[in-house]
Amino acid sequence: MSVLLEQMSAKALKLGIPLSVQLDLTYRCNERCVHCYLDHNDHGEMTTAEIKDLLDQLADAGVFFLTISGGEILMRKDFFEILEYARVKLFSVKLKTNAVMIHEKEARRITSLGVESVQVSIYSHRPEVHDAITKLPGSLERSLDAIRFLRACGLHVIIANVLMRLNASDYPGVKALAAELGVEFTMDPTITPMMDGDRSVLSLNVEEDLLKEVFRDQSLVGNVEEFCAPPVGRDEDALDSLPCSAGHTACYVSPYGDVYPCVQFPLPSGNVRRSTFLDIWRNSPQLNEVRSITLRELPSCSSCAHGATCTRCPGLAYMEGNMRGPSYQDCQKSFARTGIPSENLKAKRVSMPPLVQIQGLQDPRLAAAGQPMAAQPCFVP
Amino acid sequence: MSGNRYVARGNQLAARMLGDEMMIMSASTSTLFTLNEVAAAIWEAADGATPLDEIVTNQICKQYDVPVDVAMRDAENLVEQLASRGVLVLSDKPLAPSGIAREETR
Repeated sequence: MSVLLEQMSAKALKLGIPLSVQLDLTYRCNERCVHCYLDHNDHGEMTTAEIKDLLDQLADAGVFFLTISGGEILMRKDFFEILEYARVKLFSVKLKTNAVMIHEKEARRITSLGVESVQVSIYSHRPEVHDAITKLPGSLERSLDAIRFLRACGLHVIIANVLMRLNASDYPGVKALAAELGVEFTMDPTITPMMDGDRSVLSLNVEEDLLKEVFRDQSLVGNVEEFCAPPVGRDEDALDSLPCSAGHTACYVSPYGDVYPCVQFPLPSGNVRRSTFLDIWRNSPQLNEVRSITLRELPSCSSCAHGATCTRCPGLAYMEGNMRGPSYQDCQKSFARTGIPSENLKAKRVSMPPLVQIQGLQDPRLAAAGQPMAAQPCFVP
Repeated sequence: MSGNRYVARGNQLAARMLGDEMMIMSASTSTLFTLNEVAAAIWEAADGATPLDEIVTNQICKQYDVPVDVAMRDAENLVEQLASRGVLVLSDKPLAPSGIAREETR
């Protein structure tokens, strides 16, 4: 982050201004990605007029960075009308898309509207892998064609690569492809639970060995020694720090008008169909609760050596049952990075039975009651 | 002095007031700028149709109680700087109003 942007973020925090908002226009999609956390049925999306009214409200509230995402944003027939209106309101707009519906004409239109960047999801450089993940035959070719159209218009394009078991060995290929196309590459090694709480997709998360390898790839993390350095221990300044921007200078609005602290933090905090955005932003008890949390008051993380350097996501922690608790996925990442288990992992290791659990077996006591045996998390130090 | 110089906002920009400053980001270069309150007032008044000296005399000097010659000199420097970064467009003739190009795509 640039120094100026850091200063602006600090100022927004002080003034209580939501500097960044992600607005999902739709959850409908023309792909069916195996790891996707969304329900793709339309349960009553905001109308064009409602979205324009919301954009007016966001501009008045001081929102500067607007990420327009989905679902697939071009599934909305009014997409360009909404984008045009967002630019009339002078937002800095980033688009997230699978790009399969972007051709030369759409690329030129997006460029003429002064969009800051377009992020396109690419899971592999191999069509058989990418298309198997998206479940849309030909999708890699179509997405890459779109990237070429966007680049030809001079747009800033980012390839986003989600790392999972199905494409675990392909990220160097995607990175090389990004370089060949002249676009930025970013990678996310975290599969998140579905918004309805279903955690089955987490089985797609990559194994620890690959995570370790990724965290030691200089081309991804920069200075490996620094990135993987052991935690420095308890840091008094860090204890008073905020976990992330969610609810502080950023929030998320769903296609149905629901407001959440972040797209990855499904704590319902209000709905713009029932209240004004600013009323929700300022007065929502949920957002105010999120804002009240500092590292110092997190029962487990405040005493953890990783506290100051952990990438703990409060949204993931919330989805694990407690927004003040640790996020097991981030504990795993801290361990893969440094080789030192977090307090949470140590506790889990102590409480876990020493034997590997065999999935599919039924606990005879629960089987009698018709319930499957609870799965045990597996931690191998 | 500027004579009849006209200024218009670039159309690839994002902008928002943050407290007493204006954040401006250029989409083409992803460069972030901040303008103080007076510079922001000039940027907002840059409609392509109003000459710069009129903006300075009728808006800036009245609003901020600054002598015309001082305000004009500062404004000239400012618009030159902003024009070099694509934040403003300068012309000796009136410019088309800045804004987002409207077009039917679908």
